[in-house]
Amino acid sequence: MMHRLAIVMLTGLLCAACSEKPQTLGAAHDTAAYSGTSNGFAASGWQAGDKNSWEQQLRTRGQYGMNDHARAPN
Amino acid sequence: MARMKFICDAERCIECNGCVTACKNEHELPWGVNRRRVVTLNDGIPGEKSISVACMHCSDAPCMAVCPVNCFYKTDEGVVLHDKDVCIGCGYCSYACPFGAPQFPGQGTFGVRGKMDKCTFCAGGPEANGSEAEFEKYGRNRLAEGKLPACAEMCSTKALLAGDGDVVADIFRNRVVKRNTGAEVWGWGTAYGSKQAGQATASAQGAKK
Repeated sequence: MMHRLAIVMLTGLLCAACSEKPQTLGAAHDTAAYSGTSNGFAASGWQAGDKNSWEQQLRTRGQYGMNDHARAPN
Repeated sequence: MARMKFICDAERCIECNGCVTACKNEHELPWGVNRRRVVTLNDGIPGEKSISVACMHCSDAPCMAVCPVNCFYKTDEGVVLHDKDVCIGCGYCSYACPFGAPQFPGQGTFGVRGKMDKCTFCAGGPEANGSEAEFEKYGRNRLAEGKLPACAEMCSTKALLAGDGDVVADIFRNRVVKRNTGAEVWGWGTAYGSKQAGQATASAQGAKK
């Protein structure tokens, strides 16, 4: 009888432990932006996963989109 | 790459609020949450100046320093992001931020303040890049799509610049040199008065004489 009760209590304790949420403090680790996305909206002209390619893409896009002095005739 | 930064060119901003609208639309933000807004000094007086303000992604971010649950993190590009699963909505970041960037949705039960929301530099959050879960919590991840923040890309006068700090500083510097009206960056001199701000350089004054 005591043996059975102990097993039931142990099982209960194990189940309770399984439902416990992780309580680690701090933010989860993020994936780097240059690794790209698979949502189908990525701009063309760069290779996902290649950091240099991504950085160059942002530089080019920034110069083209925001530097009107470089685009307008002097 | 340097750090990702915003600069707003006060000489170009026309207070159209296009950046605010672009941001709200891109991230499908709820009513009452404005990650970006336009601030105007001396509104209605000739010579008024406007700038578009959001999270400035500070190098030494006070929100990160005061968060009791350490929900903030910084990417390699210097973008300050946060984890909404960790945020408890206490509002300390809101008091610490000098720009009023942290926003709190008010649709909770009995008007309870929800999880903090702020500009992500269009870089999403800790969820997988471009995933549905990331969009629901943080909006679009345009950086992972090889794009720059929607507010800057939609700016009609190109007043709002966003991207690699070196690139945007070069663009802004080039404008200031071409305009030749002296130091124009929005800072101490603009707020508290300066003999230098708004004055033509010595060479320009010499040319006028």
